[in-house]
Amino acid sequence: MRSDAKNDLHRRGARGNRRRRLALTVALILCGSLLLAPDAFANFLTPKSGGSPNADAIHSLYLIVLYIAAVIFALVEGALFYSVYKFRAKKGAVAAQIHGNTRLEIGWTVGAALILVVLTTITFIKLPSILNPPNSSADGLTLSGGVLTASTTEPVPPNGKSLVICITGRQFIWAYYYGSACETDPYSSKVAYSYQEMYVPANTTIVLHIQSLDVIHSWWVPSLGGKVDAVPGYTTYTWFKASKVGALYHGQCAELCGRLHSAMTALVKVLTPAQYQRWVTQQKALIADQEMQVLALRKALIATGNLTANLS
Amino acid sequence: MSASDTALRPVPQVIAHEVTKPRETKKWVDWITTTDHKKIGIMYLVLTFVFFILGGIEALLMRLQLSVPNNTLITPEHYNQLLTLHGTTMIFLFVVPVMAGFGNYFVPLMIGARDMAFPRLNALSFWLLLFGGIVFYFSLFFQPPEAGWWSYPPLSSILYSPSGGQDAWIFLIHLTGISSLVGAINFFATIVNMRAPGMGWGRLPLFVWSILIYAILLIIALPVVAAAVTMLLTDRHFGTHFFDPTDHGSPLLWQHLFWFFGHPEVYIMILPGFGMISEIIPVFSRKPIFGYKAIAAATCVIAFLALLVWGHHLFASPLPVVVLGFFMLSSFLIAIPTGVKIFNWIATLWRGSLVMTTSLYFAIGFIAIFTIGGITGVILAIFPIDWQLNDTYFVVAHFHYVLMGGAVFTVFSGLYYWYPKITGRLMNETLGKWSFWLMFWGFNLTFFVQHALGLSGMPRRVYTYPPGVGWSTYNLISTIGSFILGFGILLTFINVFRSLKVGAIAGPDPWKGNTLEWFTASPPPANNFDVIPRVRSVEPMRDIRRQIEHDTGVAQKTGGSEQFARA
Repeated sequence: MRSDAKNDLHRRGARGNRRRRLALTVALILCGSLLLAPDAFANFLTPKSGGSPNADAIHSLYLIVLYIAAVIFALVEGALFYSVYKFRAKKGAVAAQIHGNTRLEIGWTVGAALILVVLTTITFIKLPSILNPPNSSADGLTLSGGVLTASTTEPVPPNGKSLVICITGRQFIWAYYYGSACETDPYSSKVAYSYQEMYVPANTTIVLHIQSLDVIHSWWVPSLGGKVDAVPGYTTYTWFKASKVGALYHGQCAELCGRLHSAMTALVKVLTPAQYQRWVTQQKALIADQEMQVLALRKALIATGNLTANLS
Repeated sequence: MSASDTALRPVPQVIAHEVTKPRETKKWVDWITTTDHKKIGIMYLVLTFVFFILGGIEALLMRLQLSVPNNTLITPEHYNQLLTLHGTTMIFLFVVPVMAGFGNYFVPLMIGARDMAFPRLNALSFWLLLFGGIVFYFSLFFQPPEAGWWSYPPLSSILYSPSGGQDAWIFLIHLTGISSLVGAINFFATIVNMRAPGMGWGRLPLFVWSILIYAILLIIALPVVAAAVTMLLTDRHFGTHFFDPTDHGSPLLWQHLFWFFGHPEVYIMILPGFGMISEIIPVFSRKPIFGYKAIAAATCVIAFLALLVWGHHLFASPLPVVVLGFFMLSSFLIAIPTGVKIFNWIATLWRGSLVMTTSLYFAIGFIAIFTIGGITGVILAIFPIDWQLNDTYFVVAHFHYVLMGGAVFTVFSGLYYWYPKITGRLMNETLGKWSFWLMFWGFNLTFFVQHALGLSGMPRRVYTYPPGVGWSTYNLISTIGSFILGFGILLTFINVFRSLKVGAIAGPDPWKGNTLEWFTASPPPANNFDVIPRVRSVEPMRDIRRQIEHDTGVAQKTGGSEQFARA
């Protein structure tokens, strides 16, 4: 009877081992398949970057933090699994009756605090390169004299020269108004505008003024830096400086804004400064042309009595 | 009769009887008119687990929709309703009240009291919760809310969410809020006033400590959200403009008010789970808790700091950099007491003699999972990094590691631990371990890849996504994982129902427990205890057992947890 029970226990132990080995194998296969799938390999561990210096700076800050996190992860999970493996109840084993250890408590409290001091220091060292835009490069768009602003939130490059693009979010599309006149007079014919697809000159510091017309949206093109909420009643700012001519960056609204939230996408196309200027001229002409056509149509409709003239 | 008289009986150690013969009433009348904390506790647990199933089904529907790109299984309208229902259900109708359920049942038993301080108020808490849930779920027959559990205006304003579903949501917050507030006051009064003789603050069980802090946090945080949703209600229907940007209101004001409640809410949800783990690990390690005072102090420090970190939900909002820096540092600070707790739990396991019950499996699984959630939390607290990761699937992964780990795995651990006390029968261990492994791997499969999804640019709350952007594989893996997780949870439910009939009889103290709930019959009689012993340490039950062994020379048997010891 007794030996039966013992055998049973042994068998159960062996079965447990086999099951554990099986679980481990399954886990390894799963992790392995993740690493091997090329689709899955992209950005498995790091955020997107490569479009703009601020995105690159966030990427490198993240990498440092990730290394520190990986060490802590390995130590904590290692200690946990070691103790579960090592200290299972065995016949005759007696648990050590320890109530605590003040030195150890103080030690790991101070240790945790020190790690956080390191993280804080690294963050504040990296922060200026994320917050402050550099000057446009020599081969960027030639910009007129910088405007000195009193704003504490608007990012300004050292020489004050940047290309301003105003972004307006609404359900469910982004609109872009190009040039510094966009802030003061967005509907004048001097301002080129486009929807969803943004065109920008390469190697030029671009400062974005972001607003919303209805609900809260969030502007985000991962390769060009972090996200900024578009809150109705507020203007928020960010910047980027793209260097790869011909690159096309995808972005998407990141704050739930209604049923078609997922359709509110953004594209940023990088052109050479010359191409950009040609595009702006062409866009302005197109807009003027369209406005003429609308005007002509209105006149025709009013003449035939299909539209009441708006006297204002 | 004193405790030492009781102590002279070798086995069983406990005597407790029904004092009066129960009045002959119909069973259902008995339940709906009860003021017994145990019956109310059971009703809480049953109700909240029903909501857990509903919230889980909503989650699985969302995962099905996201399993392949450009899926049209669910319309965008229904998807937004599902994500609102899922978040609201899990937070307001499952995690917060399930902790109140365990608290209701076990706080009086653990402190040696015969009921809560205000039994009728206790019943009111439960019924308000039930009606809050009904009001909210009845919107299914009309038009459920679509603005998310955070309901940011202007999206939640009458202009963009004209349906009454949004008002049902507001009403839910009011009703469950009053329910939790009344319950919190009750817990506070009970714990402060009704402890057994000798149970000073330094001998209060750690689960009771965590319920005390949970109650204090609820009392501080809930009035704020109650005010905020009332302002939203008057904005929607009575012409005020608190949050209306077209009339000098501010949508940002809502974000501050909501998250001033919303972040303490996270700790409201996980601190009681921490408390359960602090009870369960020492019992199954056969070792005292390592650093009792450090854990109790860490609980208080977490609660204090929890009130200072709400701004980390607003890192992408228009706030000055100095404010962002403040909230980064305060969020860093909260990692210290949380880390201290994890270290103490591991130190409790260290050199113990681990009795590998399902309950301990879930407790260890919790530490393993929660550690990842804690680490990603520190990463997200660094605001420039948060600018990339905020509102992406990385955050979804992070808070599911925190909340599924901190609340669901701990609640399951507590369920396996306390089920024999509530029902008098043990749950099936084999089924329990199958459930654990399926849940553990299912969980990690579902949520680990979501870190990668967020890093590769997938925002939250999108109802579909295009193919060819590198998200399809991760999403498919995540959906498969979610169904494995769901199946694991189902096994535990089967286990719960099956064990009611066929589970082995537990006896009063199946695990060699440390606290006073094991000093009475399973299930306990209406009056809980005939005799309330004097408490001399954090582990009164252990003292009692030791004294019996000393007096009689007979080793105390338990309901059979020895069977888990490996030869």
